Amino acid sequence: MLLIRCPYCETERPEVEFVYAGEAHVARPVDPAALTDDEWKNFLFIRSNARGTHFERWRHMHGCGRFFNAVRDTVSDQFAMTYKAGMPRPTENEIKEARS
Amino acid sequence: MLQERHPLKGHRISLAEGVSLVIHDAEDSSRFNLRIAPENLGAASKAFGCELLATIGATATSGGRLALCLGPDEWQLYAPLAESRSIETTFAALYASCPHSLVDVGHREIGIAVEGAAAVLALRSACAFDFDTMPSGTGTRTIFDKAQIILIRHDENRFRIEVWRSFADHVWGLLQAASREIALGI
Ligand SMILES: [Zn+2]
Repeated sequence: MLLIRCPYCETERPEVEFVYAGEAHVARPVDPAALTDDEWKNFLFIRSNARGTHFERWRHMHGCGRFFNAVRDTVSDQFAMTYKAGMPRPTENEIKEARS
Repeated sequence: MLQERHPLKGHRISLAEGVSLVIHDAEDSSRFNLRIAPENLGAASKAFGCELLATIGATATSGGRLALCLGPDEWQLYAPLAESRSIETTFAALYASCPHSLVDVGHREIGIAVEGAAAVLALRSACAFDFDTMPSGTGTRTIFDKAQIILIRHDENRFRIEVWRSFADHVWGLLQAASREIALGI
């Protein structure tokens, strides 16, 4: 079982309390009507599908109920760090530091 | 005729020899779920007559009332059954100056007390998180087997499970099975 650190509860909790919520930092276009079909398709369906470092959303469903973001390695399944929703994507250095 | 239905009324598991473990239906109480902006906590604490703490997991008690912080803007409030209506009235008066959501969830949940030296052992049978990281006087929402519960740790060996009543039989059955294993030392 994975242990995931919730940045709101500030504690590590078992995976069963969480639900996965897709890739993080995918901003919804402010004016969808102005987009071409291709741009709208890209927003809806096209994801980075990273092999390695992946930025993703999780929700502490059976805990505090908050959505937050995580950096996980999709190969090793290891979480480098988690951070509150609304915070910017961590830099490579910050991730490296969190991993060490 | 209106009939009270409490799935665990009078249920009790009690191990005497070797290990101490007592599990029973907890005294019923009124329960509220409160959502409010953290900057208005002072007003809410005053209305409830018990401090609402801002740290997730923290509990505060006063005069039979208990407030548990579940999330950044979410609290679970417990009080004696008879005080339910007066709490509602007090918060209603607060609404104009301080918007919030207070929902009576008193009939939704059932309390189960798990007490004794083997309490952690019994709970561990279906709770995956590390009990060493849960100090006395804190509470949390978590998963018991497949059922969502609120777990409050009053002290080292005294816990209270709050579970939706439709899951109460399931949780009780698992506690019963775990107690049998503990009684047999396996
Ligand atoms: Zn949380």
